[in-house]
Amino acid sequence: MVRDITLGQYMPGKSVIHRMDARAKIILLLMLLVFIFVCRNFISLATISLFSLIIILMTGISLVKYLKSLKFILVIIIFTGILNLFYGSGDIIWQWQFLKITWGGVNNAIFTIIRISVMMMIGSVLTYTTSPTDLTDGLERIMKPLGLLHVRVHEIAMMMTIALRFIPVLLEETDKIMNAQKARGADMENGNIFRRVKALVPVLIPLLISAFRRAGDLAMAMECRCYNGGKGRTRMKIMSLSIIDIFAVIVSFLIFGAVIYSNLVYPAVI
Amino acid sequence: MSVIRAENIKFTYGSGTSLEKNALDDVSLEINEGELVGIIGHTGSGKSTFVQLLNGLLRPTEGKIYFNGRDIWEKPKRIREIRFKVGMVFQYPEYQLFEETVYKDIAFGPKNMGLDEAEIYKRVHSAAEFTGIDEKLLECSPFELSGGEKRRAAIAGVISMDPDVLILDEPTAGLDPLGRDALLCRIADYHKIRNNTVLLVSHSMEDIARIADRILVMSHGRKVMFDTTKNVFSNGDELEKVGLRVPQITKIMQLLRKEGMDVDPSTLTVDQGFNEILSCLSKHK
Repeated sequence: MVRDITLGQYMPGKSVIHRMDARAKIILLLMLLVFIFVCRNFISLATISLFSLIIILMTGISLVKYLKSLKFILVIIIFTGILNLFYGSGDIIWQWQFLKITWGGVNNAIFTIIRISVMMMIGSVLTYTTSPTDLTDGLERIMKPLGLLHVRVHEIAMMMTIALRFIPVLLEETDKIMNAQKARGADMENGNIFRRVKALVPVLIPLLISAFRRAGDLAMAMECRCYNGGKGRTRMKIMSLSIIDIFAVIVSFLIFGAVIYSNLVYPAVI
Repeated sequence: MSVIRAENIKFTYGSGTSLEKNALDDVSLEINEGELVGIIGHTGSGKSTFVQLLNGLLRPTEGKIYFNGRDIWEKPKRIREIRFKVGMVFQYPEYQLFEETVYKDIAFGPKNMGLDEAEIYKRVHSAAEFTGIDEKLLECSPFELSGGEKRRAAIAGVISMDPDVLILDEPTAGLDPLGRDALLCRIADYHKIRNNTVLLVSHSMEDIARIADRILVMSHGRKVMFDTTKNVFSNGDELEKVGLRVPQITKIMQLLRKEGMDVDPSTLTVDQGFNEILSCLSKHK
């Protein structure tokens, strides 16, 4: 049951997107997210959505996987979509007492739904095509300037790496402890909410203890190998920007430019 | 009479996904009441999966499991009753301890069974006695105990449910030789006194040889052999084929026999071997 949750979603592959430098990928995808919200008419929205779709197809991961990632926020999408429908101005299409749907509301709803969906899928592109290690390494490099403000960037990145690394371990452990308690008759599937929460105690306490034990062991093992933080630490894999990244930056900026251009030229609908 | 009967059991992990993995393939067997069965096999041979199927923690993809002649999945809602009757001690069971006191932790199972306080009290004390936990320790926090004591407390937590069948998955893993011997003796004693069925999964051929009546050998999710301990270990070649070996003493006796000494090649324990060699040498003189 716990096994079914996928958190480390990285899917190894050899596509162009996979081979991009993590830093470039993080920054460009973040900018893309921002530009989804910059669009103000259907032409710019279509431009950015099409661009996102091309990126998604370029990853070589089946579209079904991306659509499945939408499943988790389906409720949010529907809810915000419906709410936006009633929120807008313009010609009235339908009215019932104080509820009214207008063309502006319809536009709002369409924009919101597309924005959230594209945002979610673009986020998935990053986690699907970048291994957790590359992701944290990339973040560390991007956040490096913060070091001047005495933010301990390396330590934060190391904690993130460790946290990501131990998610599957802890999930497996949860599974084991749950089975052990079930074997002693713990009933975790039935009863009301209070009983279920209470039934989790025999799982959570051993899990917490084992997490602390693991943390202690890991800290000891790291110290035995003379780990003392980021100072003077070199890397085995040095990140470097390649021709792909430069090309990606150019294409992205052209698209972003197009979005701004169409925003200025065509009338805004929201 | 057979207490557990498995019929053409098949089990697949993650069926329907790309990670589909056949853990068990067409396993059928019968375990008789009052038997002590050893289960051996390489890592990944499906022995842990098999024992988890027996108490309903996993549901077979195909095939049926009968407990006392009744299909355990006949009423899925009542699978808990099976879990009380087929007690399961997992690998490294000390990591499941969670209560404030050892007493409360051992009482967790009986409490879930809905027994009254007096009965729980009786069961906890008898389980503690079987596993060699001192009365004084019962009021301690389980986290203050030593490693070996924790292990025994966790085993007591399953024994206290007084199961008809007790399954132990690698109960001696990670214990020192003394602790291992002591625990094995306790399991053998428990089996003798309560006269119930015990299934013991182990990597150690020596452990199994010492106490098992019959041995189930598994490899790649299949049943390779299921026979008396003597028969299984006199079949050394077959065992080596699946990456296992016979106990050291058995191997020595088999080699001695090859060299022309008149000893029993299916000797299972060091004591037996010692006597065999002595009697053989005295015959020569």
